[in-house]
Amino acid sequence: MTNFFKRLFAKKSNHSGPLSSDAATAPLDENQIWGNDAPKPGNKYVHLIAGSALDMGKRRENNEDALLCFSGALGGGSQAQPFGLYVISDGMGGHRSGELASEAAVRALGNSLMSKLYKPLFGPEPQPSQESLRELMEAAVKEAHRAVKKAAPGGGCTLTAALVVGTQMVIAHLGDSRAYSIMRDGRMEALTQDHSLVKRLQELGQLTDEEAAVHPQKSVLYRALGQGDLAQADIFNSSMPNPGYLLICSDGLWGVLNEDTIQRIVNSTSSPYLACQHLVEAANAAGGPDNISVVLARLVY
Amino acid sequence: MGGMGAVYRARDKNFKAIRLVAVKEMISQVTDPIIRKNIFQIFEREANILATLRHPAIPRIYDYFTKGERAYLVLEFIHGKNLEQVLAETQGFLPEEQVLGWAVELCDVLEYLHSHKPEPVIFRDIKPSNIMSTLQNHIALVDFGIAKVFESGQKNTMVGTQGYSPPDQYRGEATPKVDVYALGATLHHLITLRDPQLEAPFSFAERVIGEINPNISKEFAAVIERALEYKPEDRYEGAADMKEALINVARKTGTLLHLNIPAATQAATRGVGVKPLWVFACEDELRGAPSYHDGSLYIGCYDNNLYALDAANGAFKWKYPTDGGIPGKPAIFEGNIYFGSEDKRLHVISTRSGKVVWTYYTEGPVRSSPRIAEGHVFVGSDDGHLHAVSVNSGRLAWKTEPGAPVRSTPFVSNEYVYFGSESGDFTCVDFRGDPRWRFKAKRAITSSPLVNDGVVYFGSMDSAFYALDAQSGWVVWRFRLGKGSISTPAVHQNLVYTGAADHIIYCIDMRSAKEMWRYTTDHQVTGSPIVHRDALYCGSVDGSLYCLDAASGRLRWRFQTEAPITGTPVAHEDMVFIGSTDKKVYAFLA
Ligand SMILES: Nc1ncnc2c1ncn2[C@@H]1O[C@H](COP(=O)(O)OP(=O)(O)O)[C@@H](O)[C@H]1O
Ligand SMILES: [Mg+2]
Repeated sequence: MTNFFKRLFAKKSNHSGPLSSDAATAPLDENQIWGNDAPKPGNKYVHLIAGSALDMGKRRENNEDALLCFSGALGGGSQAQPFGLYVISDGMGGHRSGELASEAAVRALGNSLMSKLYKPLFGPEPQPSQESLRELMEAAVKEAHRAVKKAAPGGGCTLTAALVVGTQMVIAHLGDSRAYSIMRDGRMEALTQDHSLVKRLQELGQLTDEEAAVHPQKSVLYRALGQGDLAQADIFNSSMPNPGYLLICSDGLWGVLNEDTIQRIVNSTSSPYLACQHLVEAANAAGGPDNISVVLARLVY
Repeated sequence: MGGMGAVYRARDKNFKAIRLVAVKEMISQVTDPIIRKNIFQIFEREANILATLRHPAIPRIYDYFTKGERAYLVLEFIHGKNLEQVLAETQGFLPEEQVLGWAVELCDVLEYLHSHKPEPVIFRDIKPSNIMSTLQNHIALVDFGIAKVFESGQKNTMVGTQGYSPPDQYRGEATPKVDVYALGATLHHLITLRDPQLEAPFSFAERVIGEINPNISKEFAAVIERALEYKPEDRYEGAADMKEALINVARKTGTLLHLNIPAATQAATRGVGVKPLWVFACEDELRGAPSYHDGSLYIGCYDNNLYALDAANGAFKWKYPTDGGIPGKPAIFEGNIYFGSEDKRLHVISTRSGKVVWTYYTEGPVRSSPRIAEGHVFVGSDDGHLHAVSVNSGRLAWKTEPGAPVRSTPFVSNEYVYFGSESGDFTCVDFRGDPRWRFKAKRAITSSPLVNDGVVYFGSMDSAFYALDAQSGWVVWRFRLGKGSISTPAVHQNLVYTGAADHIIYCIDMRSAKEMWRYTTDHQVTGSPIVHRDALYCGSVDGSLYCLDAASGRLRWRFQTEAPITGTPVAHEDMVFIGSTDKKVYAFLA
């Protein structure tokens, strides 16, 4: 497990190429990837496959985004269930605190979930967690919040994390990274709601700093990990889009490409990791004003 | 008409009888498409919240939609005038009684909004032009904060109106005390006729009520002054406290009886006027649930009979005797009725003749209700097995490994069968009876599972309500109940409902696992809720059948039978049916 994290974060300096989840993706041929959308009777083995990419963009000198992309199967005998953890965090704050914040968030959240959910299943006497996925996610967000405060005092970061088990996912969300469901028929829907209207209005000069500071909707819409005493994440469950994709991305992607473009790239590329790469290329072609991070996951029956 | 849009009168053509609606148009000034989308998302979220509100002083929202940079809300049309118009048309001062009556009603609706679950709704913009007085002289609150989302795109705007909003609101606070202050400011305006928008901010203390309008009682003036305190901590705690103070004023000044307060506002309606359409008496307790099929109602009784009644008028059609009490809910499939009995048998009889088709023996009382799918009847028995029996032959196809009694009714979804047992084991088997996964609760699972969108929901005697991934059995979330539950959940849109031994009917959001509302009855809720149209029906051991608004949990009516209700109602079109342990079957208008 520690090796896995070392590998993940060691690669962070190599920002030019996408960081794909070579750690855990089961290799499937093109036919398998495209051929099996609907559950087949009798065939109950479900794969979860994912791709990811992390890019600095064209205008930034550093990368304040961090991601975690882990897919696998969990269980025993012929009854393994899909298991996946997908996280994107976008840091903010002066100096290097944005980078430190997002990295600390992803690492702490991953550590908490992996050690409580995954690790107890190894060893001679597996002890599956007694806690619900939601409770595990709540605890993980708390740990990530503490970790950000410690690693980057004054800094903060967004957090959009999806824990997939079976056909369900529990999503934790804070800030303005986003999770989308993209269906094979082209329907695309945001699963999360940004917590940053006021911040955005401020950036666009619609509100002065003073107005923004006293804006009544401030507390409702603006939230980030590592700020305030409590991490007020939205935590909810949803079923995995099927047939379709779960997409998680930072504003470096959704702020640059419109939904239709994103949807078309995703649905016209045969594999998640290539799709992620194409999304990054498209965002850079459109100016690449910000760091770009993407994770794309789907179930294959 | 406001600066941000307009309110139109319109007719709703989709409604059979033409009804008048108000359409509120809001225009977003924001040009950035991402921000605009964001604004529309917030608009929709808020419209969804507003759509759940049910109060006589809040216009119902029928619909909302967006078009380009415009968003529209379709509202119930309020016949009347806003209080700004009323002020403009009134010569001299308004009578105290009149303003006091409005004040009590306003506190009542604010109390309702502030106690909204999961999040309180703060109105944030109480002022005369946002309050309407109806033809019956009741008040209605119009212009919810929703429109403000649109204004926030503009410079120099904040939610609220200068003059009516307290200092804390300028600091960005949105608490119930913000509404208490603005209500005070509105009442001050109504009785002094001095418009606070034309005065220096927070200068009410300089315009002493008694000096401007000598007709106002000291007591009423004191309530308004307290609501207008500069510091939030000096004001009333909330709308409820202020309402109480106002009612005390009316009591002292002898105007209480004259206050024109609607009955619904005074106290929750307690089953006034609800009468059964018909009642049918059996010879012993009814503990199970009726089923409706093709004009008939079928219900099992502890006098050992299954009854067939005419659903329209309760007339007796036939009965079929077994050798034990009948606890469950009959299942109806291709002209036959399937039900278990404490005589250990699964009985199958014809709906037409009431004659036996076949019977199947288990080794214990059958308290679970049968479920039919893929040519098989699935039913649990106290003998510790789940039985799969061929529909055609009545022969056993397979039964699960022996375990504790299975009283929970199996649920079939996507080739899997789900059921609980008295040992607390919850099992998922495939159509061959091979186990796929198992989950263990700390105590019995008598509650019957329900699968919705890949998640299986059920309650347990261990005081938890569970949501499990139907594919893997992992616990997605767990909700704490006050006590154990044997009630079968019901779902409606994104909400799941259940009853528990702590007397409560719960409404939980399936996505966030948050409690949306709870309704406390006077005894255990062992029966199960059902949702029909926008109403929830549920019996309680206190003997009542409750009809609640499914979205808000507000009581619509309640009917008291003569003994505990442990069964579950069934609804069909305009009728709802329930059996009680007072040995009677009741039918009501839904
Ligand atoms: N549901 C309604 N039925 C009838 N008239 C309404 C309704 N809602 C608003 N109005 C009228 O329109 C006026 C303006 O509506 P409001 O919602 O306050 O909009 P604005 O955002 O312009 O302030 C109100 O003062 C009232 O007179
Ligand atoms: Mg208005």
